[in-house]
Amino acid sequence: MLATNRQKMVGLIGLLIVLLAAMWMSIVCGYTDTSWRQAVAALIDNNGSNAHLVVATVRLPRALIAAAVGASLAMAGALMQALTRNPLASPGIFGINAGAGFFIVVMVTFFSISSLQMLSWVAFMGAAMAASIVFVISAAGKDGLTPLKMTLAGTAVAALFASLTQGMLAMNEKALEEVLFWLAGSVAGRKLELLAAVFPYLAAAWIGTLLLARHVNILMMGDDVAKGLGQRTNLIKAAAALLVVLLAGGSVAVAGPIGFIGIMVPHMARALAGVDHRWLLPYCALLGGILLLMADIGARYVLMPREVPVGIVTALLGVPFFIYIARRGIAAK
Amino acid sequence: MHGLQAKELTLSYGEAIVIDRLHLTIPKGKITVFIGANGCGKSTLLRALARLLKPTGGVVLLDGKEIAKQPTKEIARRLAILPQSPMAPEGLTVLQLVKQGRYPYQTWFKQWSDEDERAVVRALEATGLAEFAERPVDSLSGGQRQRAWIAMTLAQETDIILLDEPTTYLDLAHQIDILDLLFELNATEQRTIVMVLHDLNLACRYAHHLVAIRDKTVYAEGKPEDIISRQLVKDVFQMDCQISYDPIFGTPLCIPYGKGRRILQKEGVS
Repeated sequence: MLATNRQKMVGLIGLLIVLLAAMWMSIVCGYTDTSWRQAVAALIDNNGSNAHLVVATVRLPRALIAAAVGASLAMAGALMQALTRNPLASPGIFGINAGAGFFIVVMVTFFSISSLQMLSWVAFMGAAMAASIVFVISAAGKDGLTPLKMTLAGTAVAALFASLTQGMLAMNEKALEEVLFWLAGSVAGRKLELLAAVFPYLAAAWIGTLLLARHVNILMMGDDVAKGLGQRTNLIKAAAALLVVLLAGGSVAVAGPIGFIGIMVPHMARALAGVDHRWLLPYCALLGGILLLMADIGARYVLMPREVPVGIVTALLGVPFFIYIARRGIAAK
Repeated sequence: MHGLQAKELTLSYGEAIVIDRLHLTIPKGKITVFIGANGCGKSTLLRALARLLKPTGGVVLLDGKEIAKQPTKEIARRLAILPQSPMAPEGLTVLQLVKQGRYPYQTWFKQWSDEDERAVVRALEATGLAEFAERPVDSLSGGQRQRAWIAMTLAQETDIILLDEPTTYLDLAHQIDILDLLFELNATEQRTIVMVLHDLNLACRYAHHLVAIRDKTVYAEGKPEDIISRQLVKDVFQMDCQISYDPIFGTPLCIPYGKGRRILQKEGVS
C-alpha cells in the first residue's frame, strides 16, 4: 500500500498515464489495426478515408465511453460499499440495472421505441425509479436507512424488476431480439452524441462524489459514531444515493448493464490507496476506466474476428475476484 | 451552569415505552455512572442524552437549551458520545481514527488547522497511543482499540463525554486501565463523564454520582456510598446480596448471594 500522501499522488499520476495509454490502445488496436500515425491524422486532419472514419466514429467514441463508464461504475461501487457497509455491494444492489432493463423492455414492447438515444434516457429513468423505490422502502420504519434494510430492499426490488422483465420477454419475442443487444452491455457501436448527452450528469456526479469523500469517511464508522460527530447522516446517505443513481444510471444508459467493475475496482483501489475516500475515490475512477478499457480491448481479440460483449469479459474477470473477496472475508472472521 | 439535563423524558422503541417521564440532571465536572438490569433502558437513556435517539416526549437540555433544536455539529463540539462496541473500517489507522474527532470543527473552507493538529496530538498522548499512531486499529488489542476510540472522542475537545459500556469485552486489567484513564481525564481536566457500566463494584469505585434505573425511570441517584444498599440491589437487579466495603478504597462492595463453593463457615464479615 502507498503510505504517504506524496506516494499516493505519484500513484495517481501514474494511473492517469496508464489510463491515457489504455485509451490510446483502444483507439489503435482491433480488427483493422491502425498505425499510430494514422490515428493521429484521423483525429487532427480527417481525410474521410475508411481507416480515418473507423478511428473517428468507432474507436474514439468507444475509448471515451469505456473510460467514462468504467470510472463512473467504480466510483458508484465504492459509494455503494460505503453506504451498505458491505464489501460485496455494487450499484446493482439499488436495483439500477434491473430497473433500467425493465423500462427498456416496457418501452420496446408497448411503444416500439428502438432509437438508442431514446432508450438511453429510458434506461436512466428506469435506474432512477428503481433506486428511488429502494430508497423509500429502506428509509421507512424507525431506524431509518440502515445498511441491512438498504441491501434487503434493493435485492427484493431488483428481483421484482428482473422477473417482470423476463416475463415480458417470454411473451414478446420481437422485443427480445431488439433488447438483447442492449441487455448484454457493451461500449461498442455507440455514437459520441450518446455519451455527450449523459456526460454532464456523469461529470457533475464525479465532482459531487469527490466533494462527499470526507463525509463518507465519517459515515464508514457507523451511524452512531457519525451522528455523534455531528453528521446529518440521512442527508449524506441521500446525497450518496443520488450520486450512485447519476453514476450508475448514466453508465447503464450509455453502455447497458456492465457488471463487476463496481465490485472489483474499489477493492483494488483500497489495496493501493487505503481506506481514506479522499484518495480511494479518485483511484477508483482511474482504475475503473483502465479496467473497462482493457476488458473492451480484450473483448476484440477473444473470438476474432467477432467481438464478445464487454460485460461478459468483466464477468469472466469478476467472478473469480468475487469468490476471492468472499473467501478472504470468511477467513478474516 | 446547567450542563446536561433531561425533563419529562419519554423514550420508546416503536410502541414499547422504555423510559417514562424521567427527570435527571448530570452534575458538571463529575463522573456519573448509570446502573441497572439488562434491558432497563440505561443505554437508551444515554443515547437520547447524546441526541442519537429522538425522544417521544419531553426534552434533553444542554446548558438550558433543547438539544434537538440546535445544529448537530455545534452539539458535537460540546458533547461527545462513544457508542457501544464501535467498529472501525478495515485498515483504518489509529491516527486516521483520532483525526475523525475533528470533523465537527471542519468546514468546506477550513479542512485542517493547526488547532486540529494540536488536539489530535494531545488526544494521542493522553491515551498513551502516540507510538501506535500508524498502526491499523484492527491490529490492536481490545484495550488499545478502546483507547483509540476514546482518543477520538478526546480530539473532539468537548466538556461532556458519554460512553456506552466502555469496558465491555475487556478483561479485568484492561477494564481498570480504561476506567483509570477516564478518572484521570476527569481529575485533571474536569471533563464531565457519563457512562453505563455493568460492574456494580467498579461503578461504586469510579463514580461520583450513581444513577440507578428501574421501572422506566430513576430509582435512586446520589453518591454510591449514600445510596447503595441491599434493598437497592434487590429492587434494581432482583438479586439478594450483602453490602460490604472495599478493603482498599472504602467504596461499597456488593457480594451477591447464590450458589458456589463455600470454604468459610462463618457468615461474611460485615
